[in-house]
Amino acid sequence: MAKRIDVSGLTAFYGSHKAIEDISMTVEPRSVTAFIGPSGCGKSTFLRTLNRMHEVTPGGRVEGKVLLDDEDLYGPGIDPVAVRRDVGMVFQRPNPFPTMSIFDNVAAGLRLNGSHKKAELGEIVEKSLKGANLWNEVKDRLNKPGSGLSGGQQQRLCIARAIAVEPDVLLMDEPCSALDPISTLAIEDLISELKERFTIVIVTHNMQQAARVSDRTAFFNLAAVGRPGKLVEIDETERIFSNPSVQATEDYISGRFG
Amino acid sequence: MDTTTQNTEQPPPTPPEPASAATTAEEGRAARGATRPGDRVFLGLSRGSGIFLLVIMAAIAAFLAYRASIAIGKDEGNFLTTMEWNTNVDPPVFGIAVLAFGTVISSIIAMALAVPVAVGIALFITHYSPRRVGGVLAYVIDLLAAVPSIVYGLWGALVLVPHMEGLFGWLDTYFGWTGVFEWQEGAPRSLLTVGILLAIMILPVITNVSREVFRQVPRMHEEAALALGATRWEVIRMSVLPFGRSGVISASMLGLGRALGETMAVATVLSPTFKIHASLLDPGGGTFAQNIASKFGEATETGRDALIASGLVLFVITLLVNGAARMIIARRKEYSGANA
Repeated sequence: MAKRIDVSGLTAFYGSHKAIEDISMTVEPRSVTAFIGPSGCGKSTFLRTLNRMHEVTPGGRVEGKVLLDDEDLYGPGIDPVAVRRDVGMVFQRPNPFPTMSIFDNVAAGLRLNGSHKKAELGEIVEKSLKGANLWNEVKDRLNKPGSGLSGGQQQRLCIARAIAVEPDVLLMDEPCSALDPISTLAIEDLISELKERFTIVIVTHNMQQAARVSDRTAFFNLAAVGRPGKLVEIDETERIFSNPSVQATEDYISGRFG
Repeated sequence: MDTTTQNTEQPPPTPPEPASAATTAEEGRAARGATRPGDRVFLGLSRGSGIFLLVIMAAIAAFLAYRASIAIGKDEGNFLTTMEWNTNVDPPVFGIAVLAFGTVISSIIAMALAVPVAVGIALFITHYSPRRVGGVLAYVIDLLAAVPSIVYGLWGALVLVPHMEGLFGWLDTYFGWTGVFEWQEGAPRSLLTVGILLAIMILPVITNVSREVFRQVPRMHEEAALALGATRWEVIRMSVLPFGRSGVISASMLGLGRALGETMAVATVLSPTFKIHASLLDPGGGTFAQNIASKFGEATETGRDALIASGLVLFVITLLVNGAARMIIARRKEYSGANA
């Protein structure tokens, strides 16, 4: 439950292209860490290295260490499938399984993890949907397809699906960028509740969002197009947005980038 | 490269140039008032083509139904249940029982063998093999589809039939007691051999369509499963197969259509008799298309009408099968991958 992430010297490639270079940082358990930075700076790539999703892209390759508490996710003999069961992920576009009902969507991860009794499954599904603030909206139509929900509801369904398996860490890749402001607010409220139980890392293009939801903020940047993205600095969110220690961060936050 | 964030960036809308904006506005006003000649010609052409198609279909159906009704009127036997095809006597005695049985059974065998293999090949090409191997394999499968059916027929008669004896012997030894796989004697020119040959013939079309469907599974659905800790097979089970389900059904229907109507290959391999055999290994039986091809040349006027009547039945069976497939697809429409 809610583990610390310790990254050191992490470099990720797409084929021969180096996407991010030499990134080191620590993410505290039960906190929200936001990644901000211009498009193409590698923040999503970095996020995807934290649950070994980067390597499913053809040519995707990683060097360096990611410790989850004391276990190296890239250590020898570590099964990437097992890693992804401990590190959950929510994507930019809501992606519930279109062929499954709302119930089955939430239960999908549990069923992968082995046998659960029917009553137990129902309990966990209810708890997860309540945890995602979606229970009251869907409790009467659990057997209807998840694709019939609104975009914001679908995204909360995806969050429910991710937390149902009780991961150690929850990664969110721009979870609100496809949503309207009201749904965005609902997700942000949810993030504040979820950090009581999980370690949360969120990529966002919305700096107000980073300021609102996160405890710590990491700013990524790249020297030029085609050059690898780098971590410029990571600090308390308040400090990043008021008095960052690097000039580039201040330029980006105040809108003077480049 | 940060692929996921790129989508959020949209190019700024380019303002239209003032001059062209003025002309489009004018044209827009004109278009609302009177139809331009180009539009009228195109409308006429496309509407005419549509009507022409319907007229031709209606004419063919009317002709077939008329000729068939003449033959069925003269038939002394029961058109649906008689196991005989004797159209050169007066009054003629014929029925489609044997043909319907043979057509349906050989097609079922072909589907049962071809669909799982085709889905397997399609999954291998799209999700397992290295890209280069998949490309070569896809090309070879395309070549299989290009072989003319008479060539399959010759291969079936000269190569497949002699080699079936081993399989037939084995089936008879271990499953002969069921009656369905009892092999008494004769060359293996039976419905089972036909079914196996048809399976090979319909494999390419099912594979190719399934491959395209599996390739179109949105990346985000597969990633949803991956991020939950699904193995490659679990990803396929959770997102690829459900998404491709209706596509695979459509692909199978294309294959089934070919199996039901296949003529030359069946006529070359089967030794036709007008008898329904309980065992799939007994030589004999027949299919609609094979029967028409074998008998049309030397048929009398009445004989031809009788064959046309049997062709109509094949047409109806094909329609029913397609309708059933559409119903299966429609019944789970709200769960379909197309909603995503």
